[in-house]
Amino acid sequence: MERIDIYPTHIYEGYKLRPGRAYPFGATLVPGGVNFSIFSRHASYCVLVLFEKGSASPLIEIPFRGMFQKAESNEPVWGEFRIGNVFCMTVFDLDYESIEYGFRMDGPYSKVERGQPGQHRFDPSKILMDPYAKAIGGREVWGHPPDWNDCYHHRSRLVYDDFDWEGDRPLEIPLEDLVIYEMHVRSFTRHPSAGVKHPGTFAAIREKIPYLKELGVNCIELMPIYEFDEFENSRIHPDTGELLMNYWGYSTVGFFAPKAGYAATGKSKDGTQVADELKTLIKELHKNGIEVMLDVVFNHTAEGNEYGPIISFRGIDNVTYYMLTPEGYYYNFSGTGNTLNCNNPIVRNMVLECLRYWAAEYHIDGFRFDLAAILGRDPWGAPLPNPPLLEALAFDPILGKCKLIAEAWDAGGLYQVGSFPAYGRWAEWNGKYRDDVRKFLKGDMGLAGAMSQRLQGSPDLYAWGNRGPTASINFITCHDGFTLYDLVAYNGKHNEANGENNNDGGNDNHSWNCGWEGPSTDPAVNELRCRQMKNAIAMLMVSQGVPMILAGDELANTQDGNNNAYCHDSELSWLNWTQLESNADLFRFVKNCIAFRMAHPVLRSKTHFTNRDYVGSGYADITWHGTQAWNADWSGTNRSVAFMLCGKHAKGGTVVDNYVYVAMNMYWDTLPFTLPGLPDELKWHVFVNTGAPSPQDSWQPGSEPLLDDQSRFVVGGRSVVILVGK
Amino acid sequence: MAFDVSLEMTDSGIAKITLSGELDASVASMFKNKVEEAASLQAKRLVLLMQDLEYMSSAGLRALVFAKQKMGADVDIYVVGAQESVMETIQMTGFHHSIVALDSYDSDQIENI
Repeated sequence: MERIDIYPTHIYEGYKLRPGRAYPFGATLVPGGVNFSIFSRHASYCVLVLFEKGSASPLIEIPFRGMFQKAESNEPVWGEFRIGNVFCMTVFDLDYESIEYGFRMDGPYSKVERGQPGQHRFDPSKILMDPYAKAIGGREVWGHPPDWNDCYHHRSRLVYDDFDWEGDRPLEIPLEDLVIYEMHVRSFTRHPSAGVKHPGTFAAIREKIPYLKELGVNCIELMPIYEFDEFENSRIHPDTGELLMNYWGYSTVGFFAPKAGYAATGKSKDGTQVADELKTLIKELHKNGIEVMLDVVFNHTAEGNEYGPIISFRGIDNVTYYMLTPEGYYYNFSGTGNTLNCNNPIVRNMVLECLRYWAAEYHIDGFRFDLAAILGRDPWGAPLPNPPLLEALAFDPILGKCKLIAEAWDAGGLYQVGSFPAYGRWAEWNGKYRDDVRKFLKGDMGLAGAMSQRLQGSPDLYAWGNRGPTASINFITCHDGFTLYDLVAYNGKHNEANGENNNDGGNDNHSWNCGWEGPSTDPAVNELRCRQMKNAIAMLMVSQGVPMILAGDELANTQDGNNNAYCHDSELSWLNWTQLESNADLFRFVKNCIAFRMAHPVLRSKTHFTNRDYVGSGYADITWHGTQAWNADWSGTNRSVAFMLCGKHAKGGTVVDNYVYVAMNMYWDTLPFTLPGLPDELKWHVFVNTGAPSPQDSWQPGSEPLLDDQSRFVVGGRSVVILVGK
Repeated sequence: MAFDVSLEMTDSGIAKITLSGELDASVASMFKNKVEEAASLQAKRLVLLMQDLEYMSSAGLRALVFAKQKMGADVDIYVVGAQESVMETIQMTGFHHSIVALDSYDSDQIENI
């Protein structure tokens, strides 16, 4: 049965219209036309602006209030297409593939000049992007210089959102079973050595799925893929002449649209094709057992501070979308100029609807929230005890099975690792894991106690709040900071290429260069670096919690000591795939360690250990050891840790696994470790010994050789040994 | 070049649809009508002759999926002679999984029912 309201009632300069539907916000394809709906509490006037795709000037501008013609008689008639604070209008007979749209808005306030503070920034001379645009044009081919004189830079487009998912749905892999692989879409395949047809795109990641499968990860976390402007604050390095860009994209232009420049189909200027390309990637990843997580940036937008451009939000309803001081300056808890007003109910709903859209329409498996502590601040910046946005996300029905991960700090000094409002759902990037493991790895003394917590999923941070090990996303490296190779090759950051006199990027790297700063020809230095990388990966993969690897770390990828490569679209950032051959030894090691973790549920506990035997195996779930079995050394001068996991306690005693023993000797010399005895029928086998040359450094799970001396293992200096009792 | 589409049905039950010009949202329904016609004639194979098809938008891609769904999983769909840009669009968006692409009409392969 056809609807009875799909006929025009009004005409404006030949365009057929009718009063629109207020919900959903954005542009929606409806029978015979397109429904446009946009909120503004403070605008008194709104105009819909339509363009032929790519045109310099508008095709038509249709006011939401004014004189129209009656559709049936052509007689003049006054009309206003608004319900509450929502301007809404349906326009008929539009070719959804060939138009772009935007809005002009005005309000009863005096104009605020650029650079001046102000509560309202209406400027009807500007064409505004729809905050709910599902596709955005203007930067559809990565790196193509924009026309700076364009009257409309980021152009809202329409998307036909059907897709043949072929039965796909999010994988819902238990969080404790994930191994996350963090990647930048462009960096992953842009290097010529990637050998893909469309370098730097969603389509190219699809070509690399066999590689991801071989490595063994089961989740990729994509650095921001919401539409952003790579030319935001772009500049030329004064010394090198390099064009420095907003390469990472932590500055959102539109929350509902995938970055068109990341799509091989971007050049088609067809937003639906871009969506299809990304959905196809997600579908293929799911077919291969790999989840997709998005790094989402809701703490600020690309509109900057008082001097920033009017793209969308600030021209629509500045005081609703942004946190403002009483004088009308932008609060800057994000460190990037402005702060999205996330606990305003309107903005909160937008964030919620956005995530629902990505979960439902793109089958996204989870989200990592950049500077998530901001999402817990009230409109004036004070931390809320019970932040409504975080609660709403945790209890949302559509997001009910999505992973929610917080970067639990912000640039305004709010640090919530261990205390982020979790509602039984939220996990955290565990910055303390990163710092403690780095310090232990480089041989700092007195870390045994801290390491015992980090290896167990940081119960010191999470158990008090009834949060299990999965609250802890364990990582040693991520996009922010050194790569793993640089962590063992540089004592200090080398960010000169960023053009900020090496003042940017963190100074608390806890790194050690193994005796020489930067590339070395000394075989001993390089051997030690390789061993340290293996040590790090081994520690990560035997830690309870959820491990995350930075893409390329399995190949010893370097950024030449740059710990903040946010602006480089160059070989500095691109993953060099020739390293797959030159560092095959490390790749093999990482692959084995991931496979070992996947093979042993005892490493993937959902609940914290209890330090007791609750299944009658004769062993506690976890026991701590030192150079003497059963005698852990927690002293302040110690640089080693050893522990054993009882396989009969795997997954809370519901699964039977092997026993696992790990000895970590970060002292520079060898140390003999006496081994805890196993039940009579079991023997220790060697899975990893980073002190041994490749290929004896690791074994494929299941093929581990029997240990000759079952009572003792001499662990080399700065080495990790992993034994499996079976 | 204006879009054109025609259907030829062989005695052996092969539906050949010849497409030319630009296939976008404004004309996709013409293509879909021909697919429905082929389905109603119980075609055993669907052959899309695309030598002269210059452009395919996302609406055109959807018509391919529509064809797959309409004809049923047992009916193979052959895309013959697609121009490079059209084939690239099909591949980048992942729709190549739904079809068999051939450079030219291969009677041995297509007519061997």
